[in-house]
Amino acid sequence: MGWIGETVDSIKSIKIRQLLTQAVTLGMIVTSALIIWKALMCVTGTESPVVVVLSGSMEPGFQRGDILFLTMTKEPIRTGEIVVFSVNGRDIPIVHRAIKVHERGNTGEVDVLTKGDNNEVDDIGLYEEGQIWLHRHHIMGRAVGFLPYVGWVTIIMTEKPIIKYILIGVLGLLVITSKD
Amino acid sequence: MHSFGYRANALLTFAVTILAFICAIASFSDNFSNQTPSAQIQILNINWFQKQPHGNDEVSLTLNITADLQSLFTWNTKQVFAFVAAEYKTSKNSLNQVSLWDAIIPEKEHAKFWIQISNKYRFIDQGHNLRGKDFNLTLHWHVMPKTGKMFADKIVMSGYRLPNAYR
Repeated sequence: MGWIGETVDSIKSIKIRQLLTQAVTLGMIVTSALIIWKALMCVTGTESPVVVVLSGSMEPGFQRGDILFLTMTKEPIRTGEIVVFSVNGRDIPIVHRAIKVHERGNTGEVDVLTKGDNNEVDDIGLYEEGQIWLHRHHIMGRAVGFLPYVGWVTIIMTEKPIIKYILIGVLGLLVITSKD
Repeated sequence: MHSFGYRANALLTFAVTILAFICAIASFSDNFSNQTPSAQIQILNINWFQKQPHGNDEVSLTLNITADLQSLFTWNTKQVFAFVAAEYKTSKNSLNQVSLWDAIIPEKEHAKFWIQISNKYRFIDQGHNLRGKDFNLTLHWHVMPKTGKMFADKIVMSGYRLPNAYR
């Protein structure tokens, strides 16, 4: 109970200047994280330079909870590449491998068919109604590197939002009550 | 300065930094592996070769694939994804790549293999350009690491030709 009394005392004793300094420091941390994220987006050329693997369709190579590093270069799309794409009507991007590529001679446009390594059938069922090929504008990036297990943090926070709120609450409390 | 919170924070930061460093070095060490894979593909039989109702050509083949991919495995390798693609050119398309067969090789012991199968994925053209078509069969492999950068390469085998008439 003494701990609660101390916390209440320290909240009461906050001075305005100290509060403002802490708020600015917090703002600086958040904005520098944002700057790093945006810089990564520029360097890799894709809107989502890091994605978390959400399904088991690429096992045993990529398990749920792994993270993938993506880039998007002007290089043409070829079979075997692991591409991340989104289709109209689905907001979650899908990470699968290209198994068929047909590239037009004159325009350089490309028709791509994808399939998850662990799936029995190709991805036509996942595409939009009536769509049988993916085109370059559907593809957000190519996977070039991977780290295991690190993505579980994101999965837990998305699927059990309670944990996200608890974490933010605890961090907020720590920021307010810390002496520096 | 010496409270439990500060010490735990310092320890955690140090541990994560070291872990990230080890992952980067493990990935970097893959650049030094000496890789000498080899492969041969033989077309044993053209099972059938027809024009579909929508006008696209389709062919079914039986392939004999022999490969030794053992030298691709390093201590940082989780699996090797190997696949055979038929590659050819048509008047409309400057490149067509159709994957005919793929396999996941989880361990070095399984990387030296001989397999005789008919194509796992349908070999369908965009159009009806396949009669008498010369094409390459390329064995591609993608090395998926335990952590870090993924590598891919291929062996191109050319000189294959489809028959001049449907059968």
